[in-house]
Amino acid sequence: MTTATLVRTDNRSTRPAAWWGVATLIATEATIFAILIASYLFLRASSGTWPQGGIAPPDLTIALPFSFVLWGSSVPMLAAERAIRRDRQGVVRAALLLSGLMGLAFLAATAKDFADLRFGWRDNAYGSAFYTLVGLHTAHVVVGVAMNAVVQLKAWLGKLSPERHLTLTAFAMYWHFVDAVWLFVFPVAYLSPHWR
Amino acid sequence: MSAEITPPADPHAVSSAWEDPAGIVGFLTSVDHKRIGVRYIYTAFVFFVIAGLLALVMRAQLAEPKNHLLGPGAYNQLFTMHGTLMIFFFNTPVLAGFGNYLVPLMIGSRDMAFPRLNAFSYWIFVLSGLFIGASLVSGHMPDGGWFAYVPYTNPTFNPGVGMDFWGLGVVFTGISTTVGAVNFIVTIFKMRAPGMTLNRMPIYVWSMLVFGFMVIFAVPAITLAAGLLELDRLFGTRFFDPTGGGNVLLYQHLFWFWGHPEVYILFIPATGMVSTMIAVFSRRKLAGYLWVATALVGVGFISFGVWVHHMFATGMPAMAMSFFSAASLIIAIPSGVLFFAWIATMWSGRVTFTTPMLFCIGFLVIFLLGGVTGVMVAVMPFDWQVTDTYFVVAHFHYVLNGAVVFPIFGALYYWMPKMTGRMLSERLGRWSFWVMFVAFNITFFPMHLLGMEGMPRRVYTYDPSLGWDHLNLLVSAASGFFGLGTGLTFVNIAWSRFRGAPATADPWAADTLEWATASPTPHHNFTAIPVVASRHPLWDKGALTWAETTDDPAGRSLGPDGARTRTTPWTSGADTRPEGHLRVPLDTVVPFLLACAIGVVFLGLLVDRSVIWGLGLALAAVNGLLWAWRTELDAV
Repeated sequence: MTTATLVRTDNRSTRPAAWWGVATLIATEATIFAILIASYLFLRASSGTWPQGGIAPPDLTIALPFSFVLWGSSVPMLAAERAIRRDRQGVVRAALLLSGLMGLAFLAATAKDFADLRFGWRDNAYGSAFYTLVGLHTAHVVVGVAMNAVVQLKAWLGKLSPERHLTLTAFAMYWHFVDAVWLFVFPVAYLSPHWR
Repeated sequence: MSAEITPPADPHAVSSAWEDPAGIVGFLTSVDHKRIGVRYIYTAFVFFVIAGLLALVMRAQLAEPKNHLLGPGAYNQLFTMHGTLMIFFFNTPVLAGFGNYLVPLMIGSRDMAFPRLNAFSYWIFVLSGLFIGASLVSGHMPDGGWFAYVPYTNPTFNPGVGMDFWGLGVVFTGISTTVGAVNFIVTIFKMRAPGMTLNRMPIYVWSMLVFGFMVIFAVPAITLAAGLLELDRLFGTRFFDPTGGGNVLLYQHLFWFWGHPEVYILFIPATGMVSTMIAVFSRRKLAGYLWVATALVGVGFISFGVWVHHMFATGMPAMAMSFFSAASLIIAIPSGVLFFAWIATMWSGRVTFTTPMLFCIGFLVIFLLGGVTGVMVAVMPFDWQVTDTYFVVAHFHYVLNGAVVFPIFGALYYWMPKMTGRMLSERLGRWSFWVMFVAFNITFFPMHLLGMEGMPRRVYTYDPSLGWDHLNLLVSAASGFFGLGTGLTFVNIAWSRFRGAPATADPWAADTLEWATASPTPHHNFTAIPVVASRHPLWDKGALTWAETTDDPAGRSLGPDGARTRTTPWTSGADTRPEGHLRVPLDTVVPFLLACAIGVVFLGLLVDRSVIWGLGLALAAVNGLLWAWRTELDAV
């Protein structure tokens, strides 16, 4: 017969498994962006001119203001996370909607920005690096907006509660990450070519 | 010492909570870490055999000068596939497979943190293996080396789908490695049994933790190397095209920023296995536990600062190269710490020469030689002499074949009894070991000499006037015996399934928790969760203690109730106090479907049909949605 023991437990609120999983995935995603940024800078360092081939540095008139829209969209996400813990379903829905619309606005601006570009990714390595770096981030925003739609659907169906809102937690982490990465991608892709 | 096994519970209630559906449905939907782990191991060994046979064909070609068994093109394809399959589809996944099986058992948990992600990771591995294996069957194998250096792999010089199989396959399988690593990290931090604080964690678990962190930070680099290469090849970007302002050295940097850590991603779990087996078969605690754990973490860190030593011949600034040369030499220090800890353990213990121990001792000899040649090639002037010669081939086979495959074979003999409930034959095991060990050294040692005589790598033949005939013939003959030696172990495994002696719960009188439950492991691992009071729970005086269910929610899954309700404890990372419980998700087909959808994306990219990869993306989105929807039901 084996002996049994009563173990001391701890009932502090604890981070769920999903939090840990998403945090680790974000670490690896962040590494992808870091290495891609390093590649961009490597190409620049080994190139005589930058941007290459007489391409003008990126135009900031749309990108700059809408960057602030993207960064700002983290604020309603924070509000949604706070509100769900207090079971304020109305605030959750409104905040998610606002954040998603801000993300959409950023995407629309990016689409316009890309449409106005006068070079392609095939032209030279600068073009390739610009499209890939900004494109990878844009893809993340697209995924984020899609995830926002799913979480909103859950919110409107009343499937989120103060006890159970893992998808909201996981999505909020992801969205903050997408915004934070832009703090690095934007200066590299849009600002650095202006500085010679 | 105690070999008490997990206390019995109402067997019917427990098995009905954990058993998978029968037949093919259960096969596709299981989320059991043990089933997935064993499957990982078997699948990886299929790739081992294929890649090994490719190597034997290459050796047959090189057995005599001016041989015409293979032409240069076929030879290029063979060495590319050999390296690619061995690194990406054997070494990495087989170690992940052992980790999947062993980590939850060793830390006293009933499953991994993300069982469905675990299943997903396996299916991605299989499908990516089939993806790249299709190149073999279709005859369009990649031929740019397992490293796929540009400019040769640029679309201008290497048209056709061959290299696309490689580039896409590598990105594809990276998904599997990455999500597997996420699972290991979270499982190890948050699911250790009460009392198993970090300084009581088995060294093998330490090694898998380091493995997880290294994968998280290294795999993005190969994803980008292969990914940007594929953008160049499929979409016409100019990253690696010097005529378009691109840079070929960027590719090498990206590749080796993953490539060198990858060597240690493979080596570190192997050292974890060796540390476990050497201590058990020396009948004593591992000497210098803290030193070994620190050395593993140290190797993990330093390995990210040595990648340029693969690029000494590319002509970089002397200052930069000196830094990487120094870092490469420094890594010998933690490696030396590991080595001396193993020697000290054996020296002061009573060594029993079982088959797993023989493989460990073989490993020590081979690793010593591989380590010494590693220090040699870390020194730039020496490296310049032997770059791209057989000396390098000899060196990395000593470390990647000898110092990783030998521990894996030892681990098969050591842990198979836990997985199947049957012992392997010691007699056949000894034969397998000695044939492998002797043949290994006769195969790979002469390659050092050939390399120093100037024989280049990756040549399909050589001239008789160069005087390399005899050594090459010897190498080729011995390589056949090496293959035979590995075959003996496969025969042994097949034989033991039917005729092997039944394994007891703890056949080796070992110290770690996987031996505190029956062999083969029951579906639920542990009826009650063990309470750990030392680094060697089964070597403590007195019986192992088992936790009881407590009344508050945090302790609900500790006792037999946890096994009945398909839950497992969730504990605080540092002091392992139960904080809650994790519901182990029911069997589900979503991970398999999501992996298939991602497979469709890669297939579409390969055949360059946006309709197909678009469809794959849509299917992936639907499955992702299904997965997210289910997540809420499985909340803590």
